[in-house]
Amino acid sequence: MPDLTPVWLSLALAGLTTLLLLILGTPLAWWLSQTHSRARPILEAVTALPLVLPPTVLGFYLLILFSPSSTIGGLWLQVTGESLTFSFSGLVVASVIYSLPFMVQPLQSAFETSGRTHMEAAASLRASPLDAFFRVAIPLSARGFLTASVLTFTHTLGEFGVVLMVGGNIPGETRVISIAIYEHVETLNYSDAHAMSAGLLVFAFVVLVLVYALNRQSPIRVR
Amino acid sequence: MCADSLHLEIDLAREDFSLRVDERLPATGVTAVFGPSGSGKSTLLRAIAGFETPHAGHIALDGEVWFESETGVDLAPHRRPVGILFQDARLFAHLDVRGNLDFAERRSRDGHASMRMDELVDALDLDALLARSVENLSGGERQRVALARTLLTRPKLLLLDEPLSALDRERKAEILPYLDRVQERFHLPTLYVSHDIDEVAHIADHVLVLIGGRAHLRGTVLEVFERLDVATLEGRFEEGVLVEGQVDSHDARLQLTHVSLAGDLLTMPMVAELEPGRSVRLRIRARDVALATLKPEAVSIRNILPGKLKELHSDPQSGQVEATVRLRGAEVRARVTRAAVEDLGLEPGMDVFVLIKSVGLAAL
Repeated sequence: MPDLTPVWLSLALAGLTTLLLLILGTPLAWWLSQTHSRARPILEAVTALPLVLPPTVLGFYLLILFSPSSTIGGLWLQVTGESLTFSFSGLVVASVIYSLPFMVQPLQSAFETSGRTHMEAAASLRASPLDAFFRVAIPLSARGFLTASVLTFTHTLGEFGVVLMVGGNIPGETRVISIAIYEHVETLNYSDAHAMSAGLLVFAFVVLVLVYALNRQSPIRVR
Repeated sequence: MCADSLHLEIDLAREDFSLRVDERLPATGVTAVFGPSGSGKSTLLRAIAGFETPHAGHIALDGEVWFESETGVDLAPHRRPVGILFQDARLFAHLDVRGNLDFAERRSRDGHASMRMDELVDALDLDALLARSVENLSGGERQRVALARTLLTRPKLLLLDEPLSALDRERKAEILPYLDRVQERFHLPTLYVSHDIDEVAHIADHVLVLIGGRAHLRGTVLEVFERLDVATLEGRFEEGVLVEGQVDSHDARLQLTHVSLAGDLLTMPMVAELEPGRSVRLRIRARDVALATLKPEAVSIRNILPGKLKELHSDPQSGQVEATVRLRGAEVRARVTRAAVEDLGLEPGMDVFVLIKSVGLAAL
């Protein structure tokens, strides 16, 4: 039986990242779906960057940014007494950036389908913009939220390159499941590598099947 | 400002289109905003609701200003006491029918106190639909729910944006009586956008005709339809007139309905739903009307009415002539050939008989 600490660590990291991204990604996705601002393409590009950049590039810049000698890393150290590099908090921040597109893009497209017309209908029913956002836009985008959360969670679970660059391999702190698998392979411990890999594969598959089945069964359609 | 009127002064430009109107519309009854597609009807409605912002202008109902460019007044859409019924209903799919109605009722303001949930459920026959998901409603049912939803906010002005255009003919016939009933019960000032002449003729008291973003004609529905060459607006419509009469009686054996038109009696195919005494609008198409200088006998046409020829208008392209004839209580138009005009020696001022085909008559 392999050490399960990396599994719990990965689940905690993915859960926390998903939660933070729900809070941060929702307003960003909403803004992107509604704005006619000229800054929109730039923000969309920035949001999509983690999709195309090699994780090592992203990890490299984050490592520099997080370093206690940089402004951000230094500030964090002062406030929390803990370094952002090679720590769990650093991993969370890195994951939030790395998984951003997986949260924002499905949400943005969900908001775009249900967005303007239903917000107008809500306004004509005397709902203020904030009221309409929480009572109409968000519930109508339930499917988008489900898809975005699942993608963010599973994607964070499988994160490797950025973790290695920013977090290293500290047991109980930054040694997440993918790093543990890598190490098992490196040390020729194939049986543990098998157990963890198969576990991750089955988990990802089951979750995705559930999501697609759920979407099929009760489609949250908006016409 | 002026009470009892809807003051619309709107100057709004888009890349390929501009809307410029300055109108005072009566804030009673149904005013149809009529015109071909692309004439700015919906944009006008959206500006009133607050979804489009004019560059300049003034929008006020009964002296209550919603928009004024000079003073910078621009009420947010949710603060304007208007109810709008969209073409596509826009029901909220995450709520069932009752949920959609509750959404509106919870946010309703002071206003017409009789626009209550039970009243509207009754007026629009929604009882059986309340627990249904909005996904499984037919097009007509969706519009009924959306209409009830919008009325539950107790608006002071109702805006209907082509509410029937997504429905087929039968469904339209199903919805129109509900729109009538809502008018009868709540007397809510209504702007009704439509490009369908039959709908307008049926429901409107006043008409504003928009063409290319400019007001072209305005007035009561009978006035406008008399003056309007609707054929230029829409090829589908044929020249004719709209007249208003009272249902006189039915003849069940011959399946006919008699309609009194200021003393003249018209016969048409029976419409059993029309109760005697009720007023009814009829469209008389110019091509269903023929003229005679002597009272004809032994003809199949049932409606033979005396009148005076008012004017003749010849169309150089078709070689046809349009004659306007004054009856006792209305004017009708007839389309005849130039040869007929010459043979009969028709001239303005002559006494003539108007022959109207019964089957061509339809109540609107």
